[in-house]
Amino acid sequence: MTRTSIYLDHNATTPLRPEAAAAVAAAQGVVGNPSSVHGFGRAARRVIEDAREQVAALVAAPPASVIFTSGGTEANTLALHGTERRRVLVSAVEHASVLEVAADAERIPVDRDGVVDLDALAAVLVMNERPALVSVMLANNETGVIQPVAAVAEVAARHGALVHCDAVQAAGKIRVDPAALGVHLLSLSAHKLGGPPGVGALIVNGTDVEAQLVGGGQERRRRAGTENIAGIAGFGAAAAAVGVEAAQRAAAARTKALRGRLEAGVMAATPSARVIAADAERLVNTVCILTPGVPAETLVMALDLAGVAVSAGSACSSGKVAGSHVLRAMGLGEHLARQAVRVSLGWTTTEREIDDFVTIWRATAGRLCAGFAMGATAGPAEATAAA
Amino acid sequence: MAYSTKVVDHYENPRNVGALDKSDVAVGTGLVGAPACGDVMKLQIKVSADGIIEDAKFKTFGCGSAIASSSLVTEWVKGKSIDEAATIRNTEIAEHLALPPVKIHCSVLAEDAIKAAVNDYRAKHAVGKAKAAE
Amino acid sequence: MNDMTGLQRIERKPTNQRAPIYLDYQATTPCDRRVVEAMLPYFSDVFGNPHSRNHDYGWAAEEAVERARGQIAHIIGANEKEIIFTSGATESNNLALKGVARFHKGRKNHLITCVTEHKCVLDSARHLELDGFEVTYLPVQANGLVDLDQLRSAITDQTVMVSIMAVNNEIGVIQPLKAIGEICRERKVYFHTDAAQAVGKIPLDVEDMKIDLMSISGHKLYGPKGIGALYVRRRPRVRLEAMISGGGQERGMRSGTLPTPLCVGLGEACRIAEAEMGAEGERLHMLSDRFYNAIMAALPEVYLNGDRERRIPGNLNLSFAYVEGEGLMMGIKDLALSSGSACTSASLEPSYVLRALGVDEELAHTSLRIGLGRFTTEEEIDFAVERIVQEVSRLRAMSPLWELAQEGIDLKSIQWSEH
Repeated sequence: MTRTSIYLDHNATTPLRPEAAAAVAAAQGVVGNPSSVHGFGRAARRVIEDAREQVAALVAAPPASVIFTSGGTEANTLALHGTERRRVLVSAVEHASVLEVAADAERIPVDRDGVVDLDALAAVLVMNERPALVSVMLANNETGVIQPVAAVAEVAARHGALVHCDAVQAAGKIRVDPAALGVHLLSLSAHKLGGPPGVGALIVNGTDVEAQLVGGGQERRRRAGTENIAGIAGFGAAAAAVGVEAAQRAAAARTKALRGRLEAGVMAATPSARVIAADAERLVNTVCILTPGVPAETLVMALDLAGVAVSAGSACSSGKVAGSHVLRAMGLGEHLARQAVRVSLGWTTTEREIDDFVTIWRATAGRLCAGFAMGATAGPAEATAAA
Repeated sequence: MAYSTKVVDHYENPRNVGALDKSDVAVGTGLVGAPACGDVMKLQIKVSADGIIEDAKFKTFGCGSAIASSSLVTEWVKGKSIDEAATIRNTEIAEHLALPPVKIHCSVLAEDAIKAAVNDYRAKHAVGKAKAAE
Repeated sequence: MNDMTGLQRIERKPTNQRAPIYLDYQATTPCDRRVVEAMLPYFSDVFGNPHSRNHDYGWAAEEAVERARGQIAHIIGANEKEIIFTSGATESNNLALKGVARFHKGRKNHLITCVTEHKCVLDSARHLELDGFEVTYLPVQANGLVDLDQLRSAITDQTVMVSIMAVNNEIGVIQPLKAIGEICRERKVYFHTDAAQAVGKIPLDVEDMKIDLMSISGHKLYGPKGIGALYVRRRPRVRLEAMISGGGQERGMRSGTLPTPLCVGLGEACRIAEAEMGAEGERLHMLSDRFYNAIMAALPEVYLNGDRERRIPGNLNLSFAYVEGEGLMMGIKDLALSSGSACTSASLEPSYVLRALGVDEELAHTSLRIGLGRFTTEEEIDFAVERIVQEVSRLRAMSPLWELAQEGIDLKSIQWSEH
């Protein structure tokens, strides 16, 4: 990198873990097509089946329940289109890949902390007897807020609904166990947990899906196409690396301490800022900071010039200048929804980086917040709204 | 698809490949299967005057399991009476060769080949006896 | 970046006495080491999400993705804006057929394809039939090529698209793309071609051939597995409905975070293939002629499936009469090749492609696909010929069909027992 040196955008993508890099490199030497019956093909098949066991172990599921896909977005599409359920309910804070696939889905509202409203879910389910599919993410990509998915599944079960859970951001950070959660379908993405991009999985638990990509019979006829061997091998290795529970706990404790340090530093530097859903149960690596009066685009750009990579919203939509749909669903107005930056830590993040980040934050955000605060006395609507 | 060591052994070192004179009254010939299905077996037995199979030969068009199944039954039928030979079941063949489910039909074909050879031999003799009786 | 000379050898397992020779280049190709070298930095150093639009990490990744898009566009004479990344040719074909058909649903309801297409095109077409579309499956001639007059007369005012593959994966024949493109343009029907087996092997030009959509696979041209592309014409614009949405990447036609290293790999694979296509084509021509001539000189009753001339040089599909293909494969374990399409050879059915050419079922059972490619050497060809001749001779000696044929008995005159 030329300028940027502190990477705090791990929810967009996280660097490849060394274990995954080694697996990807090793798999580059695998020649065959996994569907071929000769030795080359069987060796390739072995790589895929080993990785399937590793991914299955991460989510405490049987290997046969793992359907490899080209990523989290395809896994979500397969879950929503592959079930026969015509009636679909989604939380208002789902990832765009869920919201757009189920464009005419009924939206379940969330509270101020972004937590799905279980009473509202029950009320919506009871209104209509048609069998439904409920899709609620395990952890939000923008705020890190963890959803009460097990409780969602209980409500859904009472109404005979299937449950899909987008665990793309959660996997590798907290325990993910579809059986314990009571969900029937669960999406994973490799590059969010230190695996390579271009590979993900849908886990099926007690249900099945109809293939959306057809013609080839791979993945037990649930997803056609020659397998991304190197990607799948890397996914397996990354899953194994993050999957050991003791390692997961230690990493979480470390990350949580780093984030505490970051939040304290930020609040000291810019007292007008506040952490979104600070009191809700959140992923320990994610912090979404509201900076009243300062457009996120401006702040992100200033931080980038100073060598820090953060994000103004989810990477998929950050090309568009719309306010975050997640924050709006949480009751923030259109203006405020454009004044939040997401800082996400990862396995490469060091204490030194956090301290440097706070220093840079003080210099950039501190200046901008002060500037906008002065401007606020002149009375722009957004500053008033922020108060 | 991995083959069992027994299949590989019979495939690489097939026993009793060849042909017997099919016009010989002591020889029974069975030709079963179809080229369009991907396997054809020809099994020949030479039967002594006291009804014991003293020689057997085969030729097979087919996969490794088909070749192994027919090779195996030539070994098994030798020394047996034709009645005993006709009792060999495909399940014994499949079990001995550890055939996977998709290859079970090869053992069925081998059983059919024995029966066809025995029937051919018996038919020749029925005709022979009928002629003698005239 | 060493070893740029193309002298890459396929690594072989040390446990085998004699290393197997890879002759299955239509099933998949090894990733060229130069491609791997180009990809590696994008796994670790330049790991950003190419859709992160506000920091260096994202920009560096985006720049690499766009360079790759340009390289892919260049090899088929397209504009980079017309290239959509997908997870592979299966997805590209699904998206081309279902995406275009579903977008036009209600206005046009007819699709034309061909019986020898890849399974994923045929399965997509079958799914569309379930959705109420009408599909015409054109037959092929004995040489594997579609009849242009039949194509012309199959087009109706309800036809939205014609999907004909560029090169067949089993028999290697090249369809008359330019003529098909002209017919389609004249009748104002989209022309999609599955070019998974063609890109990098034969010159392709979407303008000259009037192609509107083209499916591209990474792992069939020495690129990585898990990546492909779909060319979608912008002028006149081709409209299609996305299959994977949410995020709006790839002009809204295909959502999902782009896998930067894989995109880079596909781009580099295209760049190398384009630069080396001429010389490599000649070399493969020489090798396949050497193979074919040696086999034909040594063995009687061997038949080439598919047109002798209009085929890619890296493919030979041969029927070795009276020797069953799977049995033959077992005898030549030191050669890795296929007795049908890789996707279907686990089943016992004879190849539907060969059946479509009018090859008898019994002959279809005796065929092998020999796929040559970038790392195939003359020495490997000579060894393969020697082994095949040996094994075919041995198996013919134990084939009852060969015996009958030698006795002059017509196999068709025999009443075979079906089982």
